[in-house]
Formats: sequence, C-alpha cells, structure tokens
Amino acid sequence: MSTATFKIWRGDATGGNFVDYTAQVSEGMVVLDALHQIQATQANDLACRWNCKAGKCGSCSAEVNGMPKLTCMTRMSQLPLDKPVTIEPMKAFPLVKDLVTDVSWNFAVKKKIKPFKPRAPDAPDGSWRMAQADVDRVQEFRKCIECFLCQDVCHVLREHHKHDEFIGPRFLVYVAALEMHPLDTEDRRADLKQAHGIGLCNITKCCTKVCPENITITDNAIIPLKERVVDGFYDPLRWLLNSAKKTLKR
Amino acid sequence: MANEQVSLRQRTFGQTLRPDAWWVQPVVVFLGLSAFVIYSTWAAFQGAHYHFGPYLSPFYSPEIFGDSPHSLFGPKPGWWPGWLPFSPALLILWAPGGFRLTCYYYRGAYYKAFWSDPPACAVGEPRQRYLGENRFPLIMQNIHRYFLFLALIFIALLTHDVWKAMWFADPATGKTTFGIGLGTIVLAVNVCLLSGYTFGCHSLRHLLGGGKDEISKAPACAQAYRCVSCLNRRHMLWAWTSLVAVGFADLYVRLCSMGIWTDWRIL
Ligand code: SF4
Ligand code: SF4
Ligand code: FES
Ligand code: FES
Repeated sequence: MSTATFKIWRGDATGGNFVDYTAQVSEGMVVLDALHQIQATQANDLACRWNCKAGKCGSCSAEVNGMPKLTCMTRMSQLPLDKPVTIEPMKAFPLVKDLVTDVSWNFAVKKKIKPFKPRAPDAPDGSWRMAQADVDRVQEFRKCIECFLCQDVCHVLREHHKHDEFIGPRFLVYVAALEMHPLDTEDRRADLKQAHGIGLCNITKCCTKVCPENITITDNAIIPLKERVVDGFYDPLRWLLNSAKKTLKR
Repeated sequence: MANEQVSLRQRTFGQTLRPDAWWVQPVVVFLGLSAFVIYSTWAAFQGAHYHFGPYLSPFYSPEIFGDSPHSLFGPKPGWWPGWLPFSPALLILWAPGGFRLTCYYYRGAYYKAFWSDPPACAVGEPRQRYLGENRFPLIMQNIHRYFLFLALIFIALLTHDVWKAMWFADPATGKTTFGIGLGTIVLAVNVCLLSGYTFGCHSLRHLLGGGKDEISKAPACAQAYRCVSCLNRRHMLWAWTSLVAVGFADLYVRLCSMGIWTDWRIL
C-alpha cells in the first residue's frame, strides 16, 4: 500500500482554496474511494456527490488533474502519484460547496428542446415499424448518463460562459437523438441555428475526448446536425430549389 | 493545512491544472500546417520544375494554361495582366486549398493551434470575446460541400494524371510505351490517400445518406453511407497522410525535374 497526496478544492461560491490531504492507495482503488477515505478520516465535512460508483449515474463528475472525469471511474493507478493529485469541482456550473456544483441549468435547457413527435402509428393497434439499421444510429446517443463532463470541458460554456446562447454538447447529442430518429417528424433546424447556438461550436472535439460513455459527440452528433442546418439555411442551391418549390406550390 | 489561493473564475491564457504536456499537440499541428502552407505557397509561385517526363505535380494539375505538354489550353494567355504574377498552380490551388481550409477536421485543429480557441482541452484562453462560426468570416465555413464537389473533380483529374504517368516517351523515336517509374507510384499513392481523405468527408457522409432518417429505405445510400463512415472514422489520419503525400509528390517531381533526384524506372 502506498500513500498519495491530494489537493482538494474546499470552499463555496464566495471563495475557497486548495487543501492538502493524504490517502492510502490500495489495488483497484478509484479517486472516489480516496475521497471517501479522506471524508472518513480527515474531513468529515467534505462535500462530494456520488451515487452508483459504477459509472452509470453521472453524479460524481469533478476535475481530476485538470481534466473533467467521473471520480468513480478514474483509477488511482492511472494517475502519476509522485505529485499531488488535484481535485476541483466542475468549472462550467455554479459552485454549491467543495466538489458539488449546481447543474440545474442543464435541466432547464433540456425543457426548451422540442420533444419527440412521432408520425401516425403504422399499424391499427397503434404501434410502429422501424428498421434496425435506422435506430442503430441514434442508439449511440442514448448511452448518455448526463454526467455533464462534456458541458464542463466545452470552452463555449467553460471559458466564454455562453449559457444563454448555447445548449452545449450534451444537448446537441440529445437533439441529434430526436432529429435523426426514424419516427420523428419535428424539424429542429431553426432552433439549432438560433436558440441552440450550434454555430458557436467550433468542433474542437474536447467533448468527445472526455465522454465516459465514448459517444462520438462531435463527429456523429454535432457535425451531422451542422450539415442539416446547412441544408436548411446556408446551401444556396438548396435554398433556390426550396424557394422554387414553394412558389410552384402556391 | 490550507495553502495557495486559486480562483475558480476565468483562467488566464495557458492556465490549467493538467500536468501532462498538453501543448505538444497544438505545437505539432502548428508546425505541420505552417510547413505545408509555406512549402506549397513557395512551390505554387515557382511556375517551373513542376513536370518531368510523363509526371505532373499535383499542385499544378489541371494545368489550365502553362508551358508544359500537360497544358490544356496552351501557354499563359496574352490578356493576363503584366503586374499579376502567373503560375499554373495559382489558377487552381484555391480549390483544394479551400477544401482543406473548410474541412471539419482542419477547422477544429487550426482553431486550437493557430487561434488558441481553446489552446487545448480545459486550458485557459487568451481572449474573452467569442463568436464561434456564427459570424462572417467563419460563417463561410458552411460552404464546405461546394469545395467537396470541386475536390471530387480533382480526384478524377489526378487519377487521369496517374494513367498518363504510365506512358513514357522514347527520346529517340518519340513513341510512348507503357512503363512504371517510382514517380508513377508516388503519384498513385498520392491519389489513394487523397481519395481516402475526400471520400471520408463529413459533408459527403451527410449528402450520401446521413441526412436521411430512414436510410434503410434507400439501400444504395445506406451502403454508400457505411463506406463513407468507415473512412470518416479515421478522417484525421487521412487528412495528415494525404497532406504529406501531396507535398511529397510535388517535391519528387520538382527534384527530378531539377536533376537533383533521378527517377527510378521500375518497368
Ligand atoms: S466540439 Fe463543440 S461542443 Fe464539443 S467541446 Fe468543442 S466547441 Fe464544445
Ligand atoms: S454526452 Fe457523454 S460526457 Fe456528455 S453528459 Fe452524456 S455521457 Fe456525459
Ligand atoms: S458515482 Fe455514479 S457515475 Fe460515478
Ligand atoms: S470534413 Fe474534412 S474534408 Fe470534408
């Protein structure tokens, strides 16, 4: 068993500082185990959020050595232990206390997204028929555990605080899951361009890098949505074609 | 136990708690892209040593006007203004250049390496102001698909150049015979890598099937979408290998033409 040192952020919205702690590291241990050990032995009042300890509830998000991580899925053996391990709360959301942030902005954003609007049922019993190949593509997006690590690392939110103009990668994934669904009939492209601010994403792929569910956020969700927005608003030929169609219909 | 006061507010440029060498990747991208831009600009302005035997440098293909036997419409036109520098490459390079400039992969890479927006993931930025791709000029990135159409034409033209690079003229009789030189291979590898890059384009992926929600209803689109997606997964790798290949193909033809390298005739 070896000893690891930690620098953990302690404080609330009014201010705070890093405090040094130590923990005994045993085989298979994750950062969340170390936090619990520190809570039990040195800092009973250390606030951290967790629930499943299995990488599935998305509660234990924090920044370990400067990168957004699930603390329950980050093994101590993956970290260099010759230097202190720093643990801070997520930066893109208001701080409640220590490692706990207020992520409620995300739930408000989700409410603004146009919900699933399926076409009329395919069968008289009110059920639908879908081809497996068509649902396969959106299946990837449904793995999201809403840990909001991608929102935290995205510089549009983290550095530029564009929370009012940009819904962030997590919700672009959510829109992609709805928009590409074979049964869905809603058109969210105007929202994507305006209210959801997809143009603010500069495809730098940090969200993809941190996603613990390995969702290919940028390549499979954001870029395809950007292309759909181009179809609707920026492609001059399509625009001419659509205008001609509209005029003919009239 | 308390030590250093660190604010959780806005970080300054380069500030991060990442202990790894996060700056290596942007520096490598910066140097790689700069080297290519400098070399290709220099090569494009030369207007000489761009062809050798049956080989034509990809920077100069198609040669719309020019002095080589590859020229489509003869030498530099008389109406070309005297003050404007002329080179066959300058007439065409804007198209593949624009394709790469507006490519989704390169955009993400150069926003990081050249504009530090962000310098690397979770690292502080130099500027507060941020407009993303919502305003001019970056909103123009949305025309990427039109550059794709041009790039597809270039793939066809460069493939034709490889075919032409298999027919060597006999200096004595002037008769052409089939052959393969190292230059033929260099040009062929270049076209393969450029195809891997171009056919893995995100816009192509969208246009061939990605834009459809019920792609299974169009089996040909579904197959094309699968093929493009397969190349698209390694789009970054194709982008870099094809960039090196196209630069090297020009260098190869150039050095052979200058007599510094000797082309090796394999067949
Ligand atoms: S790719 Fe777009 S959404 Fe993802 S982190 Fe970068 S800017 Fe944010
Ligand atoms: S997309 Fe990935 S990183 Fe983002 S909230 Fe979902 S699981 Fe977390
Ligand atoms: S505790 Fe549930 S994801 Fe970490
Ligand atoms: S996205 Fe890279 S070439 Fe189109």
